[in-house]
Amino acid sequence: MEQYAIEMLHITKRFPGIIANDNITLQLKKGEIHALLGENGAGKSTLMSVLFGLYQPEEGTIKKDGVEVKINNPNDANDLGIGMVHQHFKLVECFTVLDNIILGVEPNKMGFLQKDEARKKVLALSEKYGLRVDPDAKIEDITVGMQQRTEILKMLYRDNEILIFDEPTAVLTPQEISELMQIMKNLSAEGKSILFISHKLAEIMEVADRCTVLRKGKYIGTVNTADVTMEQLSAMMVGRDVNFHVEKKPATPGEVILEIDNMTVASKVHKNNAVKNVSMKVRAGEIVCLAGIDGNGQSEFVYGLSGLEPLVSGSIKLHGKDITKASIRERSTMGISHIPEDRHKHGLVLDYSLEDNMILQTYFGPEFTSKAGFLQRKNIRDYANRLIEEYDVRSGQGPITVSRAMSGGNQQKAIIAREIDKAPDLLIAVQPTRGLDVGAIEFIHKQLVAQRDAGKAVLLVSLELDEVMDVPDRILVMYEGEIVGELDPKTTTQEELGLYMAGAKRDEVKA
Amino acid sequence: MKKVLKNPGMQAFLASLICIIIGLLIGYLVLLIINPEGAWESITNVIKNFFTWSKPKTQLKQFGNTLAKTMPLLMCSLSILFAYKVGLFNIGAAGQYVAGACASLYAALAWGWGWLPCMLFAIVCAGVLGAIVGILKAYCNVNEVISGIMLNWITLYLTNTVLSKVKEAASPYTLYLDDVNPSALLPNAGLNNLFNNNKYITIAVPLALIISIAIHILLSRTRLGYELKATGSNKNAAKYAGMRENTNIILTLIIAGGLAGLGASMLYQTGYMRWECTQSSVPGMGFNGIAAAFLGGLNPIGAIFSSFFIQHITDGGQYVNTNFYSSQISDLISSVIIYLCGFVLFIKLTMNKMLARSEERKLRQLKEAEAAAGKEVDQ
Ligand SMILES: Nc1ncnc2c1ncn2[C@@H]1O[C@H](COP(=O)(O)OP(=O)(O)OP(=O)(O)O)[C@@H](O)[C@H]1O
Ligand SMILES: [Mg+2]
Repeated sequence: MEQYAIEMLHITKRFPGIIANDNITLQLKKGEIHALLGENGAGKSTLMSVLFGLYQPEEGTIKKDGVEVKINNPNDANDLGIGMVHQHFKLVECFTVLDNIILGVEPNKMGFLQKDEARKKVLALSEKYGLRVDPDAKIEDITVGMQQRTEILKMLYRDNEILIFDEPTAVLTPQEISELMQIMKNLSAEGKSILFISHKLAEIMEVADRCTVLRKGKYIGTVNTADVTMEQLSAMMVGRDVNFHVEKKPATPGEVILEIDNMTVASKVHKNNAVKNVSMKVRAGEIVCLAGIDGNGQSEFVYGLSGLEPLVSGSIKLHGKDITKASIRERSTMGISHIPEDRHKHGLVLDYSLEDNMILQTYFGPEFTSKAGFLQRKNIRDYANRLIEEYDVRSGQGPITVSRAMSGGNQQKAIIAREIDKAPDLLIAVQPTRGLDVGAIEFIHKQLVAQRDAGKAVLLVSLELDEVMDVPDRILVMYEGEIVGELDPKTTTQEELGLYMAGAKRDEVKA
Repeated sequence: MKKVLKNPGMQAFLASLICIIIGLLIGYLVLLIINPEGAWESITNVIKNFFTWSKPKTQLKQFGNTLAKTMPLLMCSLSILFAYKVGLFNIGAAGQYVAGACASLYAALAWGWGWLPCMLFAIVCAGVLGAIVGILKAYCNVNEVISGIMLNWITLYLTNTVLSKVKEAASPYTLYLDDVNPSALLPNAGLNNLFNNNKYITIAVPLALIISIAIHILLSRTRLGYELKATGSNKNAAKYAGMRENTNIILTLIIAGGLAGLGASMLYQTGYMRWECTQSSVPGMGFNGIAAAFLGGLNPIGAIFSSFFIQHITDGGQYVNTNFYSSQISDLISSVIIYLCGFVLFIKLTMNKMLARSEERKLRQLKEAEAAAGKEVDQ
């Protein structure tokens, strides 16, 4: 008989209005990397949270090394050697990396912290697995990649044997992803067993030994990745064939919608400016992609453009009208929509219902607010229902679901629905498909192209190389706050793009 | 039964009830420890409050007194909960209440204003105090709790100084409104007759109830409420959505301040109390408002009942038998109960956990029974 590290047998977990896990069985072999695949809202995070003791299943049992165990809370999980990196990280922002790692298991002598010991152990671990971190940096100042490495070190520091990664690659750069893949392989070679959630099939094919597929809370099957193709996997997961390539007609750019002249934006982290003298134009009927490695000023560029941060210098024109000094609200009503980078920080009021989030940008309009200032609940409900239908936003209780209780991908879909439906002249989409399943990505890409074809200007900011190559009509590469190249996706190669992104090549670009 | 328990409204109610019961029990325990002899009588008197009197007519009149004092407390608790919904902890309500008292009394006694201008003046002054906290918070990122507490003291001593100009020569108390300027007394509008001619029952009572309902509607049904709650829940998202978070913070604290100030005017303009110009502590009304807000489940309608209850207990404290206990005991007992009222959220959480656990146990038993039944059939 095969020896399993973890067996989750016939797990059922219900939430109000939905069965998130319906009789699911998952068996994790010792030392294997086991992928978990499924559409947004299929129940992956829920299943992993059950294993980590965050939720109690209504039915089913969990066995560790063949022995039935009861996991009532994350402490129990930790005692059993189970660690988890969550889809949305759980680090204390104002603590250092080291403090976060030892939090809860601080080494002490008679109540006094023994940090040196901890530091040694952390540095040794980071050396051994190639997890580069600065132990004394504060979480709020470091990149998501380093935050993630902190989370991984947190698991290793606790000597966990079973490691759960919930969508670890959604927020990473391609470079960081390949590093992470290597780290995972090293860990499994050491005998650690890994559960890995991802929507990116290529990653699953690369690192995972086996893959379990869920669909709408139900168990579909487990396969050896060596025996299947990516197409077969995606068909198993979505229940139909998915077209990975974006179909689109050649663009027919029209008048200039957005004109940016010498924009400079300050940085929050360092003294230099994050965006330096950037000029660009985006025309009606084209998709322009701002590409680059994370942290090269793209976020600040978008903050400056949307009004979240003031400009140091430069000007922005929309339809030829100067909006450099305009408020966020004015920009929005003048026709800018913005799918933000961080859905929890900016995109949603998590404590609001789905319907209340659907009107976050338009609540003050006559459709949703009466002359006397009262919200028109019925209109709001109808509107939310329409968007939920059109964009296939899945949740337990429809429009009245609290957004916090929705799966990450469905939260993202709700934001996209809201911003696109506003019918903007300029759509700023920052990492719009982050955390979406392949079916949803296909749909969103179609929507972006449809916006373009309807004569709107689309500015896409993406770290995803496939997306950068496939979706836009023009690529602008940003490096250290400057535009260093303009490329035509039809003629360029990923290699050339990579050279520009790494700063190894640059042209003089005219706006 | 389970369904009923899972209803959030019901849960809030039960949690409040449990808090009250635990509070009373501990209060009783304290009395027992100090002196077992009079404990039972005293604690029942606290609960009975005006029912301690034997004549129904007197009861009615005393009930009126409690009611008159409930209204300012209700305003303070509305002030707290309104700000709380916007993510602000308005501990400055206590000082805003004092500012309201100062404004309304001074305008009435020194300038001879009528009741309405006095009341409005109280709202404005307290609102200005709220605005100071709001501006500090919005533009200098000063924590509203800290600036609120500091302002509480500043306001207290300022009020003592200002009201000393209109105090009786022989005592530290301000002059009687009835003597100096009866026009500043809130109109009774005949309501006093319902309470055995209790002159402290004024239009403040219906006014306070209407304001509770208005705040409820404002928070749950209007665009402003939507905006304010969004700002409170996620400042970044509010900014992203083009809401002016700074303006919203200031506006919230102005409204919260105004509510507390109105509360003071509702008490001092009935003539029920006079200001003591040598006070060295901030009146507890604003602080009790915190307990009332939480006990009422942070709901403006719930606050009506919780405020009444807390005032009821506080008034009941005066019927503790002082032969057995020192006179401060009444404050001690009511504050123990009020303190426990802050635990509503905790109790609610525990209740939910217990519910989930019992459900799990049931399911497991059911399954075991099924499995056993299955085995029997097999054999
Ligand atoms: N705490 C919760 N309360 C209520 N419903 C929840 C809760 N957590 C998840 N759900 C619901 O359970 C379903 C499964 O959610 P889950 O987060 O497991 O999906 P997922 O497979 O991780 O999706 P994604 O790829 O989008 O992250 C969703 O429909 C979600 O609305
Ligand atoms: Mg998930």
